[in-house]
Amino acid sequence: MTETDKSLLVVHNLSVAFGTKDNPFKAVDRVSFHVEEGEVLGIVGESGSGKSVSSLALMGLIDFPGRVTADELRFKTTDLQTLNEKARRKITGDEISMIFQDPMTSLNPSYTVGNQIMEAIEVHQGGSKKERMTKAIDLLRQVGIPAPESRINSYPHQLSGGMSQRVMIAMAIACDPRLLIADEPTTALDVTIQAQIIELLLKLQREKQMGLVLITHDLALVAEAADRVVVMYAGQIVETGPASEIFKAPKHPYTQALMNSLPESSEGKDRLNALPGVVPGANDRPQGCLLNPRCPYATDRCRVEEPEQYGPRGRQVKCFYPLDESGRPTV
Amino acid sequence: MTMTSETQTTVRMPQTPLAEFWSYFIQNRGALIGFCFIVFIVLLAIFANFVAPHHPHEQFRDFILVPPAWAEGGNAQFWLGTDGVGRDILSRLIHGARLSLLIGLVIVSVSLVLGICLGLIAGYFGGFADVAIMRFSDILLSMPALLLAIAIVAILGPSIVNSGLALSLVYLPHYVRLTRASVLTEINKDYVISSRVAGAGALRLMFIVILPNCLAPLIVQATLGFSNAILDMAALGFLGLGAQPPLPEWGSMLATAREFIQSAWWVVTFPGLIILVTVLAFNLMGDGLRDALDPKLKQ
Amino acid sequence: MSEPIMNQTASAESTKKAPIMSGVGLKQHYPVKQGFMKPPGLVKALDGVNFSVEAGKTLAVVGESGCGKSTLARLLTMIELPTEGELNFEGKNLLTLDRETRKELRQRIQIIFQNPYGSLNPRKKVGSILEEPLVINGKLTKAERKERALNLLQKVGLKPEHYDRYPHMFSGGQRQRIAIARGLMMNPKVVVADEPVSALDVSVQAQVLNLMMDLQQELDLAYVFISHDLSVVEHIADKVMVMYLGKVVEYGATEDIFTHPQHPYTRALLSSTPRIDPEHRIEKIQLTGELPSPLNPPSGCAFHGRCEFANERCKVETPALKDKTGESSVACFGIDENRLPYIDR
Repeated sequence: MTETDKSLLVVHNLSVAFGTKDNPFKAVDRVSFHVEEGEVLGIVGESGSGKSVSSLALMGLIDFPGRVTADELRFKTTDLQTLNEKARRKITGDEISMIFQDPMTSLNPSYTVGNQIMEAIEVHQGGSKKERMTKAIDLLRQVGIPAPESRINSYPHQLSGGMSQRVMIAMAIACDPRLLIADEPTTALDVTIQAQIIELLLKLQREKQMGLVLITHDLALVAEAADRVVVMYAGQIVETGPASEIFKAPKHPYTQALMNSLPESSEGKDRLNALPGVVPGANDRPQGCLLNPRCPYATDRCRVEEPEQYGPRGRQVKCFYPLDESGRPTV
Repeated sequence: MTMTSETQTTVRMPQTPLAEFWSYFIQNRGALIGFCFIVFIVLLAIFANFVAPHHPHEQFRDFILVPPAWAEGGNAQFWLGTDGVGRDILSRLIHGARLSLLIGLVIVSVSLVLGICLGLIAGYFGGFADVAIMRFSDILLSMPALLLAIAIVAILGPSIVNSGLALSLVYLPHYVRLTRASVLTEINKDYVISSRVAGAGALRLMFIVILPNCLAPLIVQATLGFSNAILDMAALGFLGLGAQPPLPEWGSMLATAREFIQSAWWVVTFPGLIILVTVLAFNLMGDGLRDALDPKLKQ
Repeated sequence: MSEPIMNQTASAESTKKAPIMSGVGLKQHYPVKQGFMKPPGLVKALDGVNFSVEAGKTLAVVGESGCGKSTLARLLTMIELPTEGELNFEGKNLLTLDRETRKELRQRIQIIFQNPYGSLNPRKKVGSILEEPLVINGKLTKAERKERALNLLQKVGLKPEHYDRYPHMFSGGQRQRIAIARGLMMNPKVVVADEPVSALDVSVQAQVLNLMMDLQQELDLAYVFISHDLSVVEHIADKVMVMYLGKVVEYGATEDIFTHPQHPYTRALLSSTPRIDPEHRIEKIQLTGELPSPLNPPSGCAFHGRCEFANERCKVETPALKDKTGESSVACFGIDENRLPYIDR
């Protein structure tokens, strides 16, 4: 699938830089992707890969001293970069919503759940208090909260983590957004609750034909939930493609290494296939391909030259020697 | 081991906490100025005998109420003029720095040490000890500070030591509360528990494991407390309850100069000025310390 | 009350190898104030748990938050003392020993925490963090302590120059290595690892797990590995104990549990774990509802409210942990009554 004029969101060469002008640290480096209506895009990466920063940049939530630049940042037909802050806030509230990792801190502890949902409705849609109340109860029902009529008067601390995340989802879909960005929505939750929340997100996404961007460090979760996947490493996209293809035959050594380091992939073996080293930080990014110190296949070329995105649109890989079907590098 | 590359060191050697603190601290210009001024005053106090042109008690009967050197009728012998009995004001101020700083230091140390001990006990043991200590400090806090100090001095008799003691007691609750609050946030952290698993006893946990992590706010409070101590000491001195004449304490210098406010401005102005500047310096440094020590203000 | 059934299991095993550490009927109840003028409630964080672990083996304790697995970790390392029960280490009941012996034995049981950012004292250098247990307990000289610290630093894959650094200079994975090294300073026999890799990135997670397995082989350590991540558990554990609301619901060899889960809860847990390989996925079982509050647990089987196979008996009676074939045991009436459709016989 490639981007078209009908694409819901098109991001082209988005960069976010921190630090001084002379010595910038690019938390996100020339990232391009697009989201279609009714599809789930998974963005995976380890901590420090820039996956959360990119989503914050999309929402216009990067504050000084961060600097956001992009060749294109288009939502439907609107160029987000040309909008003033107020107009942009209107779009990000009405049509793009976001869910964060920790539901416990995303809700204001001083107000009831109903209050917070109704405020979200009021800001974007208005309506009388009674209408908003009915809508809020309906939303809580949609996200599977039992007895919404009484739950609406609860304070956040009276809810469990799973319930709070459901409330967050209710607030996020309050304005019928076309695009929902979920940043590690289940990391703070238990497995059985995680399964419930993901199922709920996917169900809502299908029903409303929303675009869903699922940002997570959990490869297996993305493998199960996403249609297309973007793999990020140290601020750059290293591989993109349909989930089924990426997880069947990864083309980038990093994706392969990530998959191999999962215990699931080492069944019956004594040791896990660990990827040595850590994601480079602000001061120790290597020259050439950013993965080269950790990559088992790295050559001298990788240590000097930075690879571009190779491959057909929709199935790209940022590597000089993409892996073939059997998982070996092509030369 | 196969994971040797894990240990690849970063190019830039990370800073030690002290170096990091210092680099943050010197970024704050006000704090640096305050710090420099304090160093200057401390040096003056230490070398008072060599710096001061005269003995602080020496009375020059021929030169009573001489204005500062640059003013009309001034005398180059007495830069800042003389007071009502002919003592050199500059010399008295320099020697007074010694006294004031010493008092500040003693008051702050006494209340800091006591406060830390009580706060650690209250936070670490909880239960009855906690209730007893905290209610005691609530009682101390519920009385106006200076009034409490005056009451204590009135009981013990006016002297510089007694007023020091009184002020230490007045400041004590601040340190107790601060210590207790930090202890409560630290005590359930995993590193404390792992020390417990290693078999550390109560004293070790309190003073070696937990205390260093509670020090940052205490250092800030102590610095700010220093300026409070100097101010309150001056106030007690002004009321005649602190240093007794002829000791050159800044507050009592102000007090004895009251009668000359109309006629000889310099007798009042200079002690007042030095109190102001010193207190300001300590406050500036305290703010700087807070910024540099508070991890929340760093990125 | 659950009978000490697993004790029999343990004694059956003991013909092969005596467990280095075991617990019988461990209970931990906390009184909770429920408000002014109300009677205090009782949270049964652990309610009659038996376990045993052998040297060189790993017992995994699995469950969701609030199931009591972290309480168990605190009991094992004697950060807390249980309300009731026995805790045996090398054949001696730790809870009835005199203080000196207990202190001595306690050093042989160490703990590794989940969050490597909180478990190292931020104001101390790595060297003094590592040596602290020796300073407290040991009679070693300063030079000997340093030698041992350097030795262990190298063993966990760090370098001697790291000895003089502060914890904030390290990445999460490196900190967890330091925490492991610290745990090993006193030559422990049992290491309780409370979610040791959950806070780490996938690639680093694999490094740390490998390190733990290497150390286990080299030092013949027994691990009590507490985790919510079943894919990690499947790889590292020999035995698995599944807990739900303070009770053990299923216990058995790792392979049995992962290939033939018996308890409906175990099955739901397994199916909820995401898998990369579509062939590894099993049909998702959506559990309805959330974990009940431990302050107010349901009557009967604690799981009945979320269990699709529950019947009237489950709502009233509490199932006991019963031995199944081999070394496994399950607490479920459904199995006794042959009404779990997924178990073929």
